Amino acid sequence: MDLYEHEARALFEEHGIAVPRAEVTDSPQEARAIARRLGGSVVVKAQVKTGGRGKAGGVRLATDPVAAERTARRILGMNIKGHTVGEVMLAQPVDIESEFYVAYVLDRAAGHFLAIASAEGGMDIEEVAAVRPEAVARIPVDPAEGVTSAKAAEIAGAAGLPPQTADVLVRLWEVLVRQDALLVEVNPLVRTREGHLLALDGKVTLDDNARFRQARRGAESIAHDDPLEAAAAAKGLNYVKLDGEVGVIGNGAGLVMSTLDVVAGCGARPANFLDIGGGASARVMADGLTVILSDPAVKSVFVNVFGGITACDAVADGIVRALDEVRLTKPLVVRLDGNNAARGRAVLDRRAHPLVQQATTMDGAARRAAELAHTS
Amino acid sequence: MAIFLTKESRVLVQGMTGGEGRKHTRRMLAAGTDVVGGVNPRKAGQAVDFDDRVVPVFGSVADGIRETGADVTVVFVPPAFARAAVVEAADAGIGLAVVITEGIPVHDSVAFTSYARKKGTRIVGPNCPGLITPGQSNAGIIPADITRSGRIGLVSKSGTLTYQLMHELRDIGFSTCVGIGGDPVVGTTHIDCLAAFQDDPDTELIVLIGEIGGDAEERAAAYIREHVTKPVVGYIAGFTAPEGRTMGHAGAIVSGSAGTAQAKKAALEAVGVKVGNTPTDTARLVLTLLDTVREAPRA
Repeated sequence: MDLYEHEARALFEEHGIAVPRAEVTDSPQEARAIARRLGGSVVVKAQVKTGGRGKAGGVRLATDPVAAERTARRILGMNIKGHTVGEVMLAQPVDIESEFYVAYVLDRAAGHFLAIASAEGGMDIEEVAAVRPEAVARIPVDPAEGVTSAKAAEIAGAAGLPPQTADVLVRLWEVLVRQDALLVEVNPLVRTREGHLLALDGKVTLDDNARFRQARRGAESIAHDDPLEAAAAAKGLNYVKLDGEVGVIGNGAGLVMSTLDVVAGCGARPANFLDIGGGASARVMADGLTVILSDPAVKSVFVNVFGGITACDAVADGIVRALDEVRLTKPLVVRLDGNNAARGRAVLDRRAHPLVQQATTMDGAARRAAELAHTS
Repeated sequence: MAIFLTKESRVLVQGMTGGEGRKHTRRMLAAGTDVVGGVNPRKAGQAVDFDDRVVPVFGSVADGIRETGADVTVVFVPPAFARAAVVEAADAGIGLAVVITEGIPVHDSVAFTSYARKKGTRIVGPNCPGLITPGQSNAGIIPADITRSGRIGLVSKSGTLTYQLMHELRDIGFSTCVGIGGDPVVGTTHIDCLAAFQDDPDTELIVLIGEIGGDAEERAAAYIREHVTKPVVGYIAGFTAPEGRTMGHAGAIVSGSAGTAQAKKAALEAVGVKVGNTPTDTARLVLTLLDTVREAPRA
């Protein structure tokens, strides 16, 4: 899960990395008061979980509290790459002498974390890496050893960063490990004219799998821009809203992804990703159908199950029970294969719901669901 | 032969006395796996009765290896304890640890895959269905009765797509099917399996299933160009996945221009791999290629 800038900043501060003074608000009036507290002149920054805020007009300098209020009003509610701005952060401007880039990212191929650092911060690091790869140091970190002072000095040296950044590199590694983060990035890390190091902006991605040992988590809001996603998340469903007309339910992430592709290959657009996982219960099936059917864009639904551990007759029982709970108004195409498929198909045949039809292959079912979406 | 797992493999199950562990140990035994013991420090000395076989429970992996000569362990323990379980198995000198557990924090996976590498233990997974050499042995949760022994080697990030292809190609059969898992960090990669299948005399053709996220498929393509002479058929899931959204698997996410299904397909096709449009289409490509292989005169 990505954090907002102000959440990342709070983690940096907690681990002893200096940041500029700043406050967050969702109200323009409050923005004026904050600007006054911070000394008048502030940078107003949209809080959205996407890059390119600056270019979109989401980061602006306001020279006095009245301007801060006006600027906050203009930025709040803005749409930046599909993200609506709900809050702004107001930060004290900093007198910058030089800018650097430091991050720890997961190197999936190597199976460990990598320090990435550059004395050319403040701009698109990917661009720097592409144009002048020698300007970006990439140093693997041994998971058993972590980033010690010596390791930090090695990273700083390789990137041409001043020696005083080594302390920030050690602390940033602590953020990564203690918070179970998958990515920590400070860009830019700046040196002020007074010689202080400050994390001016940063990005942190936390590992959702580590929630069980990160007791404080859950306080942060998981942003669901879409009300259906919020409803699905509340029911514990693995659901992603897409913008098509064929609802898709299946078991297993790979098979569901594949199902979306096959539906698209039949000339229709999938309306969602919904993985019921292994051992689908009637409850999960009913919840899944409820969420999908409440999407007005859905014209047909394709249930695609390959029973491995999951038994197809249990899935069919789930569908039948769901039909008793949910009023089906759109056609449902069901493809059951694998474990207990014959019994599962028989269960659906016996129920004989007029809007439910079965198909014997995944490709055939996708074609049928696409046709039904176009004709209903 | 086969890769990584044969009928000689002697298998321990860490977490055998838990609900999932017990259920799947029963299935593994039914598939012919030589399950020689379970591991649970609190239940050492006990035994679990599986109808026609009583399986002893050991207090540690080391005890299990000493008593039975086990060389494989299948890990069913919950995410919070998985790291310790794998480290214990590596310390005990196990050859292969198959980590079925889903939802392990990435920092733990980084730690135990790195540790196991130093100790010479192969990890399959985490968050994977395991691997099966049909007719010989099954380590994990792959259903054994949807296919049979044959000439295809299969490596996949996805469990259900593994099953789908096993089912589609059941008439040909498989040497070994390996589900490597969909997490960002896994112990055994597509490349490891390609290398092993290339060297396996029983494998005539390789099926490689990938999905969005990372660049494992692109790296596999580069490896195929240099090292694989056997025909490879590919399938990639996730063409319709939007950028920035995780699709089920923790590793299945398109970030920026990286990790797209299109890029992976293009990389594989550039090195001569035939890539199917659907699982069924992929199976069709395999059948066509096998016919060609059979008809081609042997040098």
